[in-house]
Amino acid sequence: MAMPNPAKRVTQGQFSFLPDLTDEQILAQIKYALKNDWAVNVEYTDDPHPRNTYWEMFGLPMFDLKDPAGILMEVNECRKTFPEMYIRITAFDNTHGWEAPRMSFIVNRPSSEPGFRLHRQNRNGRNIGYSIDAYAADKPEGERP
Amino acid sequence: MSDTETTENEQEFEKLPDDAAVDLQAEFERSQVQEVLDKLDNELVGLVPVKTRIKEIAALLLVDRLRRRFSLTSETPTLHMNFTGNPGTGKTTVALRMAEILHRLGYVREGHLVSVTRDDLVGQYIGHTAPKTKAVIKKAMGGVLFIDEAYYLYKPENERDYGGESIEILLQVMENHRDDLVVILAGYKDKMDKFFESNPGMRSRIAHHLDFPDYTADELEQIADLMLADQSYKLSTCARQALSEYIPIRMELSHFANARSIRNALDRARLRQANRLFASREKELKKEDLITLTEEDFRASRVFLDGKLDGDPADGIMNDMNFDEK
Repeated sequence: MAMPNPAKRVTQGQFSFLPDLTDEQILAQIKYALKNDWAVNVEYTDDPHPRNTYWEMFGLPMFDLKDPAGILMEVNECRKTFPEMYIRITAFDNTHGWEAPRMSFIVNRPSSEPGFRLHRQNRNGRNIGYSIDAYAADKPEGERP
Repeated sequence: MSDTETTENEQEFEKLPDDAAVDLQAEFERSQVQEVLDKLDNELVGLVPVKTRIKEIAALLLVDRLRRRFSLTSETPTLHMNFTGNPGTGKTTVALRMAEILHRLGYVREGHLVSVTRDDLVGQYIGHTAPKTKAVIKKAMGGVLFIDEAYYLYKPENERDYGGESIEILLQVMENHRDDLVVILAGYKDKMDKFFESNPGMRSRIAHHLDFPDYTADELEQIADLMLADQSYKLSTCARQALSEYIPIRMELSHFANARSIRNALDRARLRQANRLFASREKELKKEDLITLTEEDFRASRVFLDGKLDGDPADGIMNDMNFDEK
């Protein structure tokens, strides 16, 4: 079977097919979010399953910021606390009609990303159902690296 | 972080060879700092030592910017400041202008002023202070953090006070994020001196100490004129006389807060004027009547009548209202 993701990198959110963003590029992206009056949050998780949409928020939500430096400070704080987890920045647009995240991109990855296991389930009438599991989430929470 | 700073600067002006010549005047005009300095001169009466100091700081920063073009210094100078002076001497206003100057010279990215006091920084229970202080710091990044009555942060009489935690975080940020924000502390001179005595780390991180002198009676009168002009009022000749008599008497009384007291006196005069106009409402009014404060608007002040402050809670305005329903 063809490898869909030979680099063994989780591809979620914006820029995830690109090399990791530098701090400078991250600052520029946050600046764009702040310019649009979006609330920017730092979130982390150790389970990269694509359906795992609600990640933990790091610290408090940040409103009324003018400058991206404060958010990068929080990102670095989070990187220090959870160096082996996925960390992403989301920018939430609260304007009526949107009320949804407008940006979301990964700013930190674990040193190794083992990828996903594909399960095939035999169903009625020789149908096959597929599901995936992140190897990273194999162990119970708290025992993961 | 520092990576961004240097690249931004490089984009802004390329490095020069050693034998190049630069035009300080052109650089000065390009920064448009003069505009802010003029505004400072026009808006603020007196305060000569402060204005001189600000010009010095502006000159230093400008020269520093030129030096950087020759790759002479790379480190951002320490810009944290301490404003001491009695209430109403213009500390907040100057801080606002300072933010603008720093912004025009490119030392802060956004140039906004976040004005806070102890309550905004210090929490009420364990673990509350750090996130609170950090949230304020994050808001102020790219601009100026103005901490009014900063000496309240440290309460030596209570060793379980959380103020110390806040100071520690501030110190760290003042050191590590010098590119990102400028902290200005403000407060009464003697209390700030005591504050620095018990927080030597804070003192050494602050480069500029500016003392705001009290205004003289003449300066206060000029300030009154500026305020009135701002609000489209004017004084009749007799009222002017009354005001210049009022100011020295008020200066002797307690709770004198320089420009702020003058503002309050004018506000009360406006109140009396409105009352006076309302009392004689049969008469036709002209524009002139609406903008003129007369002698009686000032002479009715209790500062004149019995040498006490207006609006003392003990008697006066509160009693006049009389809460009829009861």
